[in-house]
Amino acid sequence: MKTLSPGRKRLIDNSITYGIVIAAYIILQIMNAGGHMSPSLQGLLVPICAYITMAISLNLVVGISGELSLGHAGFMSVGAFSGVVASMSLQQAIPSGSIRLAVSMVVGALCAGVAGLIVGVPVLRLRGDYLAIVTLAFGEIIKNIINVLYVGVDQNGIHFSTANEMALNLEEGGMAILKGPMGVTSNVKLSSFTAGFILVMIALVVALNLINSRSGRAIMALRDNRIAAESVGIGATKYKLMAFVTSAVMAGAAGALYAMNFSSFAAKKFDFNTSILILVFVVLGGLGNIRGSVIAAALLYVLPELLRDFYDYRMLIYAVVLILVMLATNNPTIKGFFARFFRKEKEETAKGGAAQ
Amino acid sequence: MIEKEVIVLSLLNNLINGISLGSVYAIIALGYTMVYGIAKMLNFAHGDVIMVGAYICFFATQNFGLNPVVGVILAMLVCTVLGIVIERLAYKPLRSAPSLAVLITAIGVSYFLQNSALLMWKSDPKIFPKFFSYTDAEGTVHSGITLFDGQLTITYVAIVTVAACVVIMIGLTLFTGKTKMGKAMRACSEDKSAAQLMGINVNTTISMTFAIGSALAAIAGVLLCSTYQTLMPTTGSLPGIKAFTAAVFGGIGSIPGAMLGGILLGIIEIFAKTVNTQLSDAVVFGVLIVVLLVKPTGLLGKAVREKV
Repeated sequence: MKTLSPGRKRLIDNSITYGIVIAAYIILQIMNAGGHMSPSLQGLLVPICAYITMAISLNLVVGISGELSLGHAGFMSVGAFSGVVASMSLQQAIPSGSIRLAVSMVVGALCAGVAGLIVGVPVLRLRGDYLAIVTLAFGEIIKNIINVLYVGVDQNGIHFSTANEMALNLEEGGMAILKGPMGVTSNVKLSSFTAGFILVMIALVVALNLINSRSGRAIMALRDNRIAAESVGIGATKYKLMAFVTSAVMAGAAGALYAMNFSSFAAKKFDFNTSILILVFVVLGGLGNIRGSVIAAALLYVLPELLRDFYDYRMLIYAVVLILVMLATNNPTIKGFFARFFRKEKEETAKGGAAQ
Repeated sequence: MIEKEVIVLSLLNNLINGISLGSVYAIIALGYTMVYGIAKMLNFAHGDVIMVGAYICFFATQNFGLNPVVGVILAMLVCTVLGIVIERLAYKPLRSAPSLAVLITAIGVSYFLQNSALLMWKSDPKIFPKFFSYTDAEGTVHSGITLFDGQLTITYVAIVTVAACVVIMIGLTLFTGKTKMGKAMRACSEDKSAAQLMGINVNTTISMTFAIGSALAAIAGVLLCSTYQTLMPTTGSLPGIKAFTAAVFGGIGSIPGAMLGGILLGIIEIFAKTVNTQLSDAVVFGVLIVVLLVKPTGLLGKAVREKV
C-alpha cells in the first residue's frame, strides 16, 4: 500500500466531491426525462441547488473562517431582490431568458458582495459571540429595510421609494417590482435545474480552490490561532474579509437563483429561521467539510418534503440534532474513541508503507 | 401655546412607554448579563424561557383560574427548573468546548423550546389577560392613571414594571454584594479554577445563576405580555435579542449597566416607532452595532485585556 502525497490526496478528495454533484445531476436529469419524478420533487430541484450553494457559502464563514454568521439569509435576500429587480427591468433589453437569469444572478451576487463588504469591514473587528449577534442584527436590518422599500421601473429608469406604491411616480406602462411588505408579486420565473447545477459547480470550484490556496491556509490559520497567525504576518482583517465577501457573493447568487424560481415572494422568507436552517446543514455536514455541506443540504432539504407527516416536527428535530451533534463532537470520550480508531488505521497504513 | 403643550405631553407619553418597555428589557438583560458574566456564554435560549414563563402564567390563570400572583410564582418555579435542566443537559458538557460550539448549542436549545411550544400550544396568538386593571362600580375598566384630561396616561402595568425592575436590581446588587452565594458568583466570574480551589462549588454556583436568570425571565415574560397582550411561541425571541443588545449597550457583566442599557434601549425603540413603525427594529440593532464598534465594553463595562 502506497501513501499518497497530500497534493494527490486532495485532488482525489475534490474529484469525489465534483463527481458526486455531477452524478447526481445526470441521474436526476435522466429520471426527469424518463418521467420518474413526481411534480413536487421537480419543484424542489432549484431550491435544493440554491440551498446547497448557501451551505457551501456559510461553511466558508463558519467552518473555514471560524466566525459564526447568523445573518446569512440577509445576503440571500439582497441577492434575491436585486436579482429580481435587474431581471424585471431588463425584460425588454434582453429577451433571452437564460441570459437574463445569468445577468440577474451576477447582479444579485455583486449587490450581496457589496453588502458583505459594508457589513464585514466593521463586523470582523469583533470576535466570537459579538460577531454572531451583530451579523444577526444585520440580517434583521436588511429584512426591515427591504420590507419598507418600494421599487418600480418605467421608461425613465428605476424608481425607489420608502412610502408607498403611489410615491414611485411611475409613468404609464411602468410597473412596481417590489411592493414593501408584500414583496415581489409578479416575477417571471426563469430558473432551471441546469442553471442551479452550474451555480453549485461554480460555488464548489471557488470554495475548494480558495481553501487549498495560500489565502485559504491563511484563513484557517487565523481560525485555529489568531494570535499565532498574526505574529507570522497574516493580516487578520484582510483574510477574514476575503472569506466573508466571497461567501456573501455566493449567497447573493443563490438568492437570485432561488427568487427566480417563484412568481411571488416577500422579505419574510429570508428571516432568522432561514439562517438557522442553513446553519443546521453546515453543522450536520461537518464544519469545514464542503462535501458534507453539499450532501447534508440536499438530504435535509428533500427529506421533510418527502415525509409530509414529519413536516411539523422538522424544526424540532433539527434543534435536537443541532444540540446532539455539538455535544457528541465535543465529548472527550467519543472524541477519544474516534481518535483511537483513526490512529489504529494510520498505524496500519504506516506499517504497510514501510513493508513495501 | 396649546400646540406646544400637546407636543410636550406626547413626548412625555412616549417617554413613559419607553421606560416601561425598557424596564422589561432591563429585567431580561439581567439574566443575560449574569449568565454571560459567569459562564462566558451567550444564552440564546433566554428569550424563549420568557415565552415559556408567560404561557405557564397564562394557563394557570385562564384555564385553572388561579390568582395572578400564584400564576407568576408558578411560572417562576417552572422557569427556574427549566433553566437548571437546560444548563445541566446542554451547556455543562460543553464547558471547556470552543465558544462556537456552545453558541450553536444555545441556538439549538432556543429552537427546541420555540418548536416544542409551537407543537404543544399552537401558533395562534393567545390574548393575555389585563392583570393590572380594575373595574369600578359603574362598570368601566381602569387600567391606568389619566392626567391632563386624558392626554397623558400612565398605565398600572407601566408602574408595576418599573417598580419591579428597580426592586429586582436593588435585590440583585445586594445579593451579589452581601451574600455568600453572591460572592461565590463574583469569584467564579473572575476565575473559575481559583474559585474552585477556595472551596466554591462551581457547578452549583453556575446552576444558581441560571436559576435566578430564568426566574427573572418568567417575571419579564408576564410583564411583557400584560403590556402587549399577545402571546405566541415566538413572543420571546425578539425581545430576548433586544435585551441582549441592552446588556451589551450597558456593558455586559454589569448589573446597573443592564438596567441603564435596557431603559435607554426601550426609550430609543419607542421614539423610533413614532417616526417609522417598521424601521424601529432596524434602529435598535443599529444602536447595537454602533455601540460595539465605538465602545465594545458598553457604557458601564470594564475593559478586559486579552492575555496571550
